[in-house]
Amino acid sequence: MKTRLITSLLLSLAIALPSLATAADYTIDTKGAHAFIQFRIKHLGYSWLSGRFNTFAGSFSYDEANPGASKIEVTIKTASIDSNHAERDKHLRGKDFLEVDKFPEARFVSTAYKQNDDNTAVLSGNLTLHGVTRPVKIAVTQIGHGPDPWGGYRRGFEGTTTLKLADYNIDYDLGPASREVELTLSVEGIRQ
Amino acid sequence: MWRNTHQGYGLISIALHWLVALTVAGLFALGLWMVELGYYDPWYRKGPDLHRSIGILLFLVMGFRLIWRWSNPHPVSAGKPLEIKLASIVHVLLYILLFSLMISGYLISTADGRAIDVFNLFSIPALISGFDNQEDIAGLVHQIIAYGLIALVVLHALAALKHHFIDRDRTLKRMLNPSS
Repeated sequence: MKTRLITSLLLSLAIALPSLATAADYTIDTKGAHAFIQFRIKHLGYSWLSGRFNTFAGSFSYDEANPGASKIEVTIKTASIDSNHAERDKHLRGKDFLEVDKFPEARFVSTAYKQNDDNTAVLSGNLTLHGVTRPVKIAVTQIGHGPDPWGGYRRGFEGTTTLKLADYNIDYDLGPASREVELTLSVEGIRQ
Repeated sequence: MWRNTHQGYGLISIALHWLVALTVAGLFALGLWMVELGYYDPWYRKGPDLHRSIGILLFLVMGFRLIWRWSNPHPVSAGKPLEIKLASIVHVLLYILLFSLMISGYLISTADGRAIDVFNLFSIPALISGFDNQEDIAGLVHQIIAYGLIALVVLHALAALKHHFIDRDRTLKRMLNPSS
């Protein structure tokens, strides 16, 4: 009787305080679309044009006791680019830009995670895009974490970085104001 | 004069034939040229606008041409039975490819539900949109059919020249002079 009580106490403690768990693996919730890979680039220097990649998958691990050991990996289907204009998307998938036939996937694999005292961090890693792999640094903010209403546990981040298109051998001339593209990665992971 | 007879084509059929021939050649050249234009080229937007607008008008013309063809006598063809059979297959294929070409082009521009503006005079709404990668599939089909159609047009023209210079019959002439 006593052992059963202790066991159930421990069990409920384990359920109630899941955040005490160490290094946890999270799957990015692309199924429920609580993750977004968005880009924006200046149009002629007069306005911002926004778009996103609709199809991607990834996972990350995060250890509250040792955030520096966090890792993330995301693979993006380049053909899923969506700027809300079919003819433009067709152009972006073609030979002037992403060449999705030749380079169907883009990938980010982290190499380091430096967390600051607040909820921000710098995530370093290698981005492979258009067949070119280059190191990038992503400014990350942890948005929040905790149990969800359906029995799971979630943790979410947002990261931003800026890429020079020419660095990835994308050299179609969109004008002097449009040589860089901003990427925003919003991810919510469900703990496995 | 206006209508076809069993001896030859009327003025309407002849005018439609050459109008479509010139338009198809023009659209093919425009299409090849416009997809290579740089973003800052003054024709970057004008080229495709023109291509789409003329394409829609061509569709209307081809619709009328089909009705005209079906409601007119067909001139008797010259040549051996096999040649006549081949010619008729090529003619039907020209129609099929041209209609497929125009429909695939329409499916590129309307893939996201946008309408096609025709010279800012009127617009053709999207009927079929939102298929996965519709613009890419329609685009590939459009490109392949365009090359196929032009190859067939070359064959068609060579055959006409063969009738004129080798067989020395009236096949080409009757597409130039309306039958009385």
